[in-house]
Amino acid sequence: MTMQMAMFGYFGAAIVISALFVVYFRNPIYSAMSLLTMFMHIAGLYVLLEAEFLAGVQLLVYAGAILVLYLFVVMLLNVQGRGRFLQKQTPAVFALGILAAIEVAALIFHTRFYPELPAIPHPGVPNLGNTETIGMVLYTQYLFPFEIASLVLLIALVGAIVLAKGKLKFR
Amino acid sequence: MLPYVLIPILPLAGFLIVGLFWPYFRGKGHWVTVPLVAISAVLSFRAFMETLNGPPLHFVLYNWIHSGHFSVPISIMIDHLTAAMLVMVTVVSTLVHLYTVGYMKDDSGYDRFFSYISLFTFAMIILLVSDNLLELFFGWEGVGFCSYILIVHWYERRPSWMAANKAFIMNRIGDFGFLLGIFLTYNVFGTLDYETIFRAIPAHIHDTVFPFSVFHNPESASVLTVIALLLFVGAVGKSAQIPLHPWLPDAMEGPTPISALIHAATMVTAGIFMIARLSPIYNASPTALMVVGWTGAITAFVAATIALTQRDIKKIVAYSTMSQLGYMVMACGIGAYGAGIFHLLTHGFFKALLFLAAGSVIHSLGGEQDIFRMGGLSKYMKLTFVTMLLGSLALSGIPPFAGYFSKDLILSDAFNAGARGQIFWAIGLVTAALTAFYTFRLIFLVFAGRENFSNDGHHGHAPHESPLVMTIPLMVLALGAIFAGWLGDRFDIVGYLAQSMSVPHEIGTAGMSDATLKMLSVLAGVLGIAAAFLFYGRPSGIPAALSNAFRPLFNLSRNKWYFDEIYDAVFTRPTIFLSSLLWKEVDKGVIDMVVNGVASSCQSAGASLRKLQTGQLQNYALVMALGLFGMVSIFIFMK
Amino acid sequence: MVPLSWYVVLSSSLFLIGLIGVLIRRNIVIVLLCVEIMLNAVNINFVAFSKYQHVIDAQIFVFFVITVAAAEVAVGLGIIIALFRLRETINIDEFNILKL
Repeated sequence: MTMQMAMFGYFGAAIVISALFVVYFRNPIYSAMSLLTMFMHIAGLYVLLEAEFLAGVQLLVYAGAILVLYLFVVMLLNVQGRGRFLQKQTPAVFALGILAAIEVAALIFHTRFYPELPAIPHPGVPNLGNTETIGMVLYTQYLFPFEIASLVLLIALVGAIVLAKGKLKFR
Repeated sequence: MLPYVLIPILPLAGFLIVGLFWPYFRGKGHWVTVPLVAISAVLSFRAFMETLNGPPLHFVLYNWIHSGHFSVPISIMIDHLTAAMLVMVTVVSTLVHLYTVGYMKDDSGYDRFFSYISLFTFAMIILLVSDNLLELFFGWEGVGFCSYILIVHWYERRPSWMAANKAFIMNRIGDFGFLLGIFLTYNVFGTLDYETIFRAIPAHIHDTVFPFSVFHNPESASVLTVIALLLFVGAVGKSAQIPLHPWLPDAMEGPTPISALIHAATMVTAGIFMIARLSPIYNASPTALMVVGWTGAITAFVAATIALTQRDIKKIVAYSTMSQLGYMVMACGIGAYGAGIFHLLTHGFFKALLFLAAGSVIHSLGGEQDIFRMGGLSKYMKLTFVTMLLGSLALSGIPPFAGYFSKDLILSDAFNAGARGQIFWAIGLVTAALTAFYTFRLIFLVFAGRENFSNDGHHGHAPHESPLVMTIPLMVLALGAIFAGWLGDRFDIVGYLAQSMSVPHEIGTAGMSDATLKMLSVLAGVLGIAAAFLFYGRPSGIPAALSNAFRPLFNLSRNKWYFDEIYDAVFTRPTIFLSSLLWKEVDKGVIDMVVNGVASSCQSAGASLRKLQTGQLQNYALVMALGLFGMVSIFIFMK
Repeated sequence: MVPLSWYVVLSSSLFLIGLIGVLIRRNIVIVLLCVEIMLNAVNINFVAFSKYQHVIDAQIFVFFVITVAAAEVAVGLGIIIALFRLRETINIDEFNILKL
């Protein structure tokens, strides 16, 4: 039982429990708050996995931007769901969940837990810090996808404005 | 050339003018058609005079069909046979046109009727003047079609269209055989032109075909016999010979003028004309001649026996027509084509006369056709009585009227034509007696004796003589009935006709002298008339007693030898049964079920699959997830 | 050292929770939140394998996933607002006109 295992136990348990709360709460505000908790613990898990850059991005983008957007919309609409809050197909979904859980368990046992995976060292990347490495790879090897991603964001921006502007003619 | 081209063209023009512009005529259609047909008749006379001392007239108008070696011209060929027929057809047609003016007065289809009889005249003339089988067939079908539309003139009446359908279907059976005959002729001779065919006959006289090869029957037959018999099937249908005869009596449902024109004088004689026209083919086949002769003899006898007991005035005349047609066909069967055509010509006059006179009687009684509800009419309509009496005498073969010469010629020719001919002669003699009997039965019942018609009923006033426009044709035809035979005999019409026909063998004399034969046939006629007088000339119990004594024979005759019933049982009912079986069981039960089954199974499959489309996004997602995890399950657990 | 399978277990449980949430909740905002959970479950997997296999590319992918998630949120919330204006509701089962 190392320190790392204890940290993983804490973060993992917090993540799972807050995710369950997201699904469980009727009130969207509570759900969003639980999701915030989850995002933060995931950031912690990233730190544990020595991905400091991603941990920062997780906090900034998810917790700072996306979730705020959610809260904003929820408060803007300020609507409480009418009637049931669960779908009629819930029992079937739980059966599916059990099946999936069995499958994952079977897969894990099947692979005998893979104690260690062979390392695949990245060619031509100096042993730098996490952020420098990502920057190095992102702006060389993945430059084109990076630009595409910026384009995707631009389109999403325009789309969101058009959709939210109103006066859509559906018929 | 032009005058003779106009012979068929004028009636066609009459048809087109009245037929296309009928709304403008309003009962004035006869002003166009009657003169045109009359001119046509005059031109026919001129053609007849031309051929009397000259060669046949022959013009090719244009090339109708030209395809490879197959070439059919539209042509006009007026030889001796055609010229004689043309005169009879156009004269009778003109008189019938005239008669129709009075008979069909105030009929709603007046102008239509005129246009159709003109069309009929055109088709009949084309049939006569053709010089090849296809043009003949065109006229043949044309007259058949006109017969159909004229029988059904009063199309609201069920018996009319039933009779028209019957006539059309029966003729179709015959025409099918005729068409097959034409096909075989073309196959064998490579042409449809009469002259070419006749010249080529000696080369094909020993050719054989296998008519039953479909049934794996190796029986072979002379190709000329097969052609002759197939063409004769057409004649059987058109000329109402047994077994394709029942349409002719039923066709009397049509207006009387067309009964006179089509179903007595012209169209029904087309079969005899065709046999005479193609006499070289028939002469080349003794078998075909034998079949033709027997068919005619049997028809003559059977029709005469049926006519004995009929009550409908027009049916009696119709059966008499059929019987006389049998005579003509029988004459052709013994090779006496000239005698047959001679009888055809005289018969055309006196039978048209009988029909028109019968129509006059019916007209004056307001539609009554039952001879037992007439009687004593001679004092009301003298002219009709006299003319009808003349026609009946002609039909009965009493000298010096027309029927005597022609019928006598047939009988004596038959007697001199060997053993089979003498059988025919005996049949013909019996038939002649029967003919005289039923003809005068009609005369006595209609014109003599007690008045059995009702004065109030549907008519309301006493019978009256028909208008002049109807009696003039009667008188003209009566002249024909009196003098046609004598003229023909005097000027040797048979010899004249023989120029365009050939005879199978020299007709010799055997046994009895000519005078004895004539005596015998006149005796038969007189006997028949005497019997009729005995039975019906005065009130008598003999007919009732005889009909009771020979009840089966009486029923056989009254019911027309049960031909209709037999056809009904053998052909109609099984066909209807089979059709309704196929319709209800096979079509509705199997085919419809399969088709509907395919449709309804698609529909139900669609209806059940439609439930999968709920419109709920999460349902779709769930199904996707189930599929995904299901596949993973297969990979993990089924290995 | 934490075994890799632990991360896999964590990530798959998280993914399942997100999936179940997507499938059972009627509120369309919560459905989108659950989609975020599923994306994060995948991200955890990526980062864990990146660490254990010493491959930096996986973290680049996470970076892209976050980008796409941001775009998805922007467009998705725009659609939600438009739908709400149209039908006065955000219950997903009431938007079933695709059926026709």
